[in-house]
Amino acid sequence: MSATPIDLPRWADAGLVPLVSVTAALLVAGLVVLGIGESPLEATALLLKGALGSVEGLGFTLYYTTNFIFTGLAVAVAFHAGLFNIGGEGQATIAGIFLALACLWLAPLPGILLVPLAILAGAAGGALYGFIPGWLQATRGSHVVITTIMFNFLAATLSVYLLVNVMGKPGSMQAETPEFAGHAVLTPMHQLLAPLGIKLPATPLNTAFLLALAALVAIWALIYRSRLGYAIRTVGANPRAAAYAGISPARMTIVAMALSGALAGGLAVNEAMGVQHRLLIDFTAGYGFVGIAVGLMGRGHPIGVALSAFLFGVLYQGGAELSFDKPTITRDMVVVIGGVVILFAGALDGLFRKLVANTLQLGRAA
Amino acid sequence: MSPPAIELIAISKRFGPVQANKDVSLSIAAGSIHGIVGENGAGKSTLMSILYGFYEADSGEIRVAGRPLRIRRPADAITAGIGMVHQHFMLVEPLSVVENVVLGAEGGKLLKGGIARARAELARLSRDYGLAIDPDAIVGDLSVGFQQRVEILKALYRGAEILILDEPTAVLTPSEADQLFALLRSLKAQGKTVILITHKLREIMDVTDTVSVMRRGAMVAHVETARTSPPELAEAMVGRRVLLRVEKTPHPRGAPVLEAAGLSFRDERGCEKLSDVSLTLHAGEIVGIAGVAGNGQSELLEVLAGLLQPSRGLIRLDGEILDAGDRTPANLRELGLMHIPEDRHRMGLVTAFPAAENSILGYHDDPTFGPGPFLSPARIAAHALAGMTAYDVRPADPSLKAAKFSGGNQQKIVLAREIERAPKVLLVGQPTRGVDIGAIEFIHRRLIALRDAGVAILLVSVELEEVMALSDRILAMCGGRITGERAAEATDERDLGLLMAGVNQEAA
Amino acid sequence: MDWLTTIAVILDSTIRLSIPLLCAALAGLWSERSGVVDIGLEGKMLVAAFASAVAAFVTGSAWAGLGAGILASVLLSLVHGFAAITWRGNQIVSGVAINMLAAGVTVVLGNAWYGQGGRTPPLEGAARFGDLTLPFARAMREHVPVLGLLYDEVISGHGAPVYLAILAVPITAFVLKRTRFGLRLRAVGENPAAVDTAGISVAGLRYGAVVICGVLCGLGGTYLAVSQSAGFLPQMTAGKGFIALAAVIFANWRPWPALGACQLFGLLDAIAIRLQGVLLPGIGQVPVQAIQALPYLLTVILLAGFIGKAVPPKASGLPYVKER
Repeated sequence: MSATPIDLPRWADAGLVPLVSVTAALLVAGLVVLGIGESPLEATALLLKGALGSVEGLGFTLYYTTNFIFTGLAVAVAFHAGLFNIGGEGQATIAGIFLALACLWLAPLPGILLVPLAILAGAAGGALYGFIPGWLQATRGSHVVITTIMFNFLAATLSVYLLVNVMGKPGSMQAETPEFAGHAVLTPMHQLLAPLGIKLPATPLNTAFLLALAALVAIWALIYRSRLGYAIRTVGANPRAAAYAGISPARMTIVAMALSGALAGGLAVNEAMGVQHRLLIDFTAGYGFVGIAVGLMGRGHPIGVALSAFLFGVLYQGGAELSFDKPTITRDMVVVIGGVVILFAGALDGLFRKLVANTLQLGRAA
Repeated sequence: MSPPAIELIAISKRFGPVQANKDVSLSIAAGSIHGIVGENGAGKSTLMSILYGFYEADSGEIRVAGRPLRIRRPADAITAGIGMVHQHFMLVEPLSVVENVVLGAEGGKLLKGGIARARAELARLSRDYGLAIDPDAIVGDLSVGFQQRVEILKALYRGAEILILDEPTAVLTPSEADQLFALLRSLKAQGKTVILITHKLREIMDVTDTVSVMRRGAMVAHVETARTSPPELAEAMVGRRVLLRVEKTPHPRGAPVLEAAGLSFRDERGCEKLSDVSLTLHAGEIVGIAGVAGNGQSELLEVLAGLLQPSRGLIRLDGEILDAGDRTPANLRELGLMHIPEDRHRMGLVTAFPAAENSILGYHDDPTFGPGPFLSPARIAAHALAGMTAYDVRPADPSLKAAKFSGGNQQKIVLAREIERAPKVLLVGQPTRGVDIGAIEFIHRRLIALRDAGVAILLVSVELEEVMALSDRILAMCGGRITGERAAEATDERDLGLLMAGVNQEAA
Repeated sequence: MDWLTTIAVILDSTIRLSIPLLCAALAGLWSERSGVVDIGLEGKMLVAAFASAVAAFVTGSAWAGLGAGILASVLLSLVHGFAAITWRGNQIVSGVAINMLAAGVTVVLGNAWYGQGGRTPPLEGAARFGDLTLPFARAMREHVPVLGLLYDEVISGHGAPVYLAILAVPITAFVLKRTRFGLRLRAVGENPAAVDTAGISVAGLRYGAVVICGVLCGLGGTYLAVSQSAGFLPQMTAGKGFIALAAVIFANWRPWPALGACQLFGLLDAIAIRLQGVLLPGIGQVPVQAIQALPYLLTVILLAGFIGKAVPPKASGLPYVKER
């Protein structure tokens, strides 16, 4: 992507550059905090305490992390195929609708069948909604970026229509579905671990977190250890070499977008099946966009995605606690940080690589 | 006597390890047409780029009309009255002819005046040179020949006294080329100086007054066109070189393996890049394609490798006709047709991947590389290491990114991958481009060994020397056609040079 | 004449609703014609809306608000230019970053300064752009049938930004078509190498376009907060920057058709609002979401080449790297 590739040692490329850009982004955020008359140090302390200082805080942090793992992986998978999927919000929205329909219609089934089916339905919905832009790019040449932007809005209007007119809970003032049956939802962590004698405070953290961890491993295996992943990465790195190797760039575009959409569907699983136990309007709440920051910062690698998802989990949970203590610093601060991270780790990657390269050079010369 | 229009004195330019121009001197009389010929990579384009301000020379001097001049950017060249028609046109397709002509020389913040002046000037130029063109036509709608006219008009509008044309006929049909030459003659009649860069000897003989020959970055001859002949120029171009010594014993050729009949190919612009090409490859022979780059060899390779679909023609492998559906790269590999592409960076390798992953490019579905849908890094690394050791790739480190290897070692990675698959047919493009001497020898020996083992090899190379040293038979290509066939021992560089230049011996 | 009044009211709200789209669409057009893709129109308008509301509140002057809105938007434009032109970064990534940054920073600052969940205090009097009554509006309404009503209701009676935005259409068309800058700009978005070899700075032209893009987004954002509404609300751009992108595609990157596309999308919006909860005889309740979805749906269909063909400037989205 960058026009002037700068050669860096692998550790610097994978570790130092993202670290430097995130640090710079946090410094910018610190300046904003300073600008509104608060102490960045105090804010940081409050934030860290809120996110990591208690078991309850950590539970919330990991619940947010779950969302970011899914949306970050979605962005990462598309990136490996050389695609920029900014349709995570829309894909998660459609996944939510599919999943809610499954939960409501298949309610007579026992939980052991219903839950996996509902999760699969969600993944299928997200995959379908990623497949269409992928197919349009592969066969009709319409750019995935613009199509997925439009698809985000289409999904939003569709979900409003469905939740208000079709699937809505009768008599509810909110646009939401009726509550899912008790056996159609995911088990909260504190309940899951209670029989083992581990007592946890009640938090939204649920088994979707385990699913996210499984997704990290599965995507790692898929991308770096499977024939399909090899084909996807080849298309992303050098489409001509892919064609030479007999790999169809069009097919990989479609596959990667569908996979990306399915992963974005994980957001719906965590939110609707894991926490709210119904489908709420706008449940995606910008997690899809933050996923772009997560994917970029994680350099597309599941370990990187996990770490940056955790960072944003900390920021979200800590930010919530912080805004409780310091009403002047709202949680939107996290969105600012997300934006700056995308700018620094994504668009200004060349600048930061150069900075790091120059610094390393200085070190060597001295 | 007026001073020469252009004098280049001892120009040298180095790009990293490559000496693109060494101590080149050249003097071109005002009001003449001067040709510069040379093989690909002889340094012609670099020299002209220096003159037009794309690069600055490392040393040397440029004089325009007798005055020393420093040309640091194209704008300096334009001011000095130098215009250039690039091989790839610098035109804005959705704009009109007159808008393209005034771009950068609008003469005011509003276009109205400038456009009106340009219209008048275009009308005058049209009259003077017979360059009829509709000033309001959209450039993208024009034929390539007319687009070239716009480029020439752009230069003339900026007051160019010296016009450089870089391979101007590469994209033209023969009749368009004739019109261009008529135009160049009328420019000369008006006192302009023209520099024509080409590798086509016919054009040089047709249109130039004087000609310079470049070889390997140096200027090797200056002659008056009237006092030379195509054979003499061809010899100067290729030089009398020490032949590459490749130990090669005569080898009986076997049955035909790959046959192509009447292959044609049109690119997406509808330009015919291959015309009616037929050839047969036998087991145990190397057939070399000699030709200046861009004469259809690349397209031939890619059509045979299944990367491009021919517009006409048949391909047989082992006597079986291959349908379009059979000619996919994956299927052809399965059938034993392997391909070492011309450009390893853009096609043969994924430079961002480690050597190990590059060693399975095209073969990632091979079940030996892992269980079921998975790939085993250990097995891939072992496979890569075996290939790297056998082909003496240094360093023999499968985890190193392909981009970090030298050109020769990168090529050996590709070679190991394709050759170790026991091909029946091997298509080889530019096997030693950008490769160091030691690796060249190694690669040549491998190819000969392969031929001795009964593989049918098609070799495309712009290095004539290489084609001659390795091939059993040589086909020359020019303008997408096969212009002649020679047995390797029955030809020489002069003979091939003429075929490559499209000069018909019988007619000459 | 009741139906005429209804039409006039719908057309009037069409214009009001189309203005932010128009500003952003023209902004996107400028940027993309120069070869810089900008999906950050939304963010720039949002920041402009916030900055203009704050400045108008503090100074009590709507025009000061406009100045601040434009300044803020241009600053963000320059960030985009710095990433896209100077550092040849990914233009899409940069646009996404700017949208997020804007969404976050406006609420953070708004909340910190005014403590109303991100809103700015309501603007009154000269801090808002009042509606201008064009000459003879009243007289025409009384004396000229139909046209007089339309003139008074639809054409007259908007705030100054509306007229500025509409004026921007002929100015854009003129500059692009008839000036040296416009010619060079059209050229650089198609073939920067041609511009470079003609001795013109590619980066200079693109920065110029990006700044104009910022000015227009600034106007659009200011209109939202200081003319259409009386203050800033979080996320008040509500996707208008993206519909504007769709309008640019629809207009094939040309100014007059962009005006048309924005009017069309504005009309759809006005109808949707009008039909909210209305029961039509024989049809029942109209799903307004279907009407709201139309611009997006049409854009997808257009991009897929099913109706006509959208041809973006050839070099848009590609950083210029000097070859040879």
